[in-house]
Amino acid sequence: MIDLDGWVCPAPLRDYPTIVMGHGGGGKLSAELVEHIFLPAFQNGTLAQLGDSALLEVGAARLAFSTDSFVVRPLFFPGGTIGDLAVNGTINDLAMSGAQPLYLSAGFILEEGLPITQLAAIAERMGAAARNAGVTLVTGDTKVVDRGHGDGVYITTSGIGVVPAGLRIAPDQARPGDVVLVSGEIGLHGMAIMSVREGLEFGTPLMSDCAPLHDLVATMLAANPNIHALRDPTRGGLAATLNEIARASGVGVRIIEAAVPIPAEVRAACEMLGLDPFYVANEGKLVAFVAREAGEAVLAAMRAHPLGRNATIIGEVVAEHPGMVVARTGIGGTRVVDTLVGEQLPRIC
Amino acid sequence: MKYLDEYRDPVLAQRLFAEIRRITTRPWAIMEVCGGQTHAIIRHGIDQLLPDQIELIHGPGCPVCVTPLEMIDKALAIAARPEVIFCSFGDMLRVPGSSGDLFRVKSAGGDVRVVYSPLDAVKMAQQHPERQVVFFGIGFETTAPANAMTVVQAAKLGLRNFSMLVSHVLVPPAIRAIMESPTCRVQGFLAAGHVCSVMGTHQYGPLVEQYRVPIVVTGFEPLDVLEGIRRTVAQLEAGEANLENAYARAVSAPGNLPAQQILAEVFEETDRTWRGIGRIPMSGWRLSERYRAFDAEERFEVGHIQTAESALCRSGEVLQGLIKPNQCPAFGKQCTPRTPLGATMVSSEGACAAYYQYGRFEAHA
Repeated sequence: MIDLDGWVCPAPLRDYPTIVMGHGGGGKLSAELVEHIFLPAFQNGTLAQLGDSALLEVGAARLAFSTDSFVVRPLFFPGGTIGDLAVNGTINDLAMSGAQPLYLSAGFILEEGLPITQLAAIAERMGAAARNAGVTLVTGDTKVVDRGHGDGVYITTSGIGVVPAGLRIAPDQARPGDVVLVSGEIGLHGMAIMSVREGLEFGTPLMSDCAPLHDLVATMLAANPNIHALRDPTRGGLAATLNEIARASGVGVRIIEAAVPIPAEVRAACEMLGLDPFYVANEGKLVAFVAREAGEAVLAAMRAHPLGRNATIIGEVVAEHPGMVVARTGIGGTRVVDTLVGEQLPRIC
Repeated sequence: MKYLDEYRDPVLAQRLFAEIRRITTRPWAIMEVCGGQTHAIIRHGIDQLLPDQIELIHGPGCPVCVTPLEMIDKALAIAARPEVIFCSFGDMLRVPGSSGDLFRVKSAGGDVRVVYSPLDAVKMAQQHPERQVVFFGIGFETTAPANAMTVVQAAKLGLRNFSMLVSHVLVPPAIRAIMESPTCRVQGFLAAGHVCSVMGTHQYGPLVEQYRVPIVVTGFEPLDVLEGIRRTVAQLEAGEANLENAYARAVSAPGNLPAQQILAEVFEETDRTWRGIGRIPMSGWRLSERYRAFDAEERFEVGHIQTAESALCRSGEVLQGLIKPNQCPAFGKQCTPRTPLGATMVSSEGACAAYYQYGRFEAHA
């Protein structure tokens, strides 16, 4: 009998001997790659914490260090470009440890035939996003691959930030009793991308929520530093984020489905396509696990910030069912909100 | 979201739950036929709020779950060919055949694409005259009209590089097969609302009469499902067996006549194997003589592929309500959502996958 929870085979390749798209979906397959290939190969305690960024003690300073790659198609979409994503995505990974982001690097993999004007437009947007966020793009690299070997441009950014003394915000710090907050409406980025990619049109055009979150985090910390865990629900959406924190902290998470803010257009698009908004990507939202007594102060601070106007409490942390996320449904039932195996697939029926 | 939120109203739902509790005096086993209804039941937690006497048996109405292993293997063989662009609805991609799934074919170099409409596949065939575009036409009477239209469209355009791998199945023969089973436990059916919106309700009257079983045409939102259950229980408690329509906002007795017309033109009835259940006579559609040229099974000569189901997997008995998923010896051991043996463990509303999730939850709660 195979106990899958305690399964430690170095080759997680029972189903797939080659990489499939699901390995990049932010679900169980992605987690298996990290757990069974990268962690054993790289072996170190810093990586093993699996935060959005690594925490490093260098001299007297505490640094947050993170990297992220961007392969979005199309390169330009309503509400942003691959350039905005590349800058804000890494800023957000740093911000989720409470860090003040300072410096970014950018690596470009360009496909032969990409119009220079497109690259220039992307670079311009990156510069603007960095200035807007108060970070500096200080180093970079460029490579070109043959036509047909890339989607125009892939970007990898890495970033360094400084973590204020005494602060410890990490995915394993959530505690029973914590309240769970989300900073605004979910599902916008993923559905905006999907609507342009699939040529779907809705009454109101869906715009990506792409935005840098470090200033929102600083505002929250100023209101009350008793914040235990932060994460931006990108790939895999809110569901993946809640599950990751529940697992890392060894706690259960209970949410009230009706409390989760979902724009009407996102709900309508998801209904039509047979998708669940809980699994759709966001690029300008965060989920916060906050000590109960700090909850109201942090919520008020979020609502006073332009990126947290629709912030709300969506649930709580419990000691029961560790590692699991359970939602109270609109009609009063319960359902388990699990991590997906790979990518979310539209349902036929 | 108007027209949807109204059918998810918590106050009305509580009222229906109370009414169902009030009228239920004995245990009843009711089968919801359609996978969409199962999804709603799991998604909203309806089953946990019903009185203990009401048992919902998740029926064979998830097209992903009932598509036989053999057909998946045919799809894998066709999709692996270098000249083929293989188009499918998304959730078929992860259903395991005997040698992996469509994702694995894609990863090995096959051109497998997710489409949202079969007409997208026709467009693709026009754009790629040098390639063979194949659409995986699965589903019940609900998805069939669009697939039929697609074939008609391809014929009109004279497309020689488009074909369809057809695995359509029909609800009434499945209900008949379940009722004919000597071990049948089902006492009432929630019929699939969207199937009936196409086909009308006339096929169900004879089933009601022959088997003295209540059939209530039911929709897919929580209030729809609850109303279907309420009406079924009311009939059972009164000792009645009638055909009722609890989804009148979408279903009329005659159904969608133009759709039926095109279905009759493009398809003809055929025996079909149902995953886990076996062969049911005249329980599916294949392309009619007139459109046979678009049949991918013939074009790519995969008709000979025959595959036996895993001997370990007892999803057929699960689909017929004969055993609970956790009574299968492979459940949670050889068979989990990450290593599914049968399709009922693949799709999130598959009975086994749903049981797996809630079992884990209840073990901790």
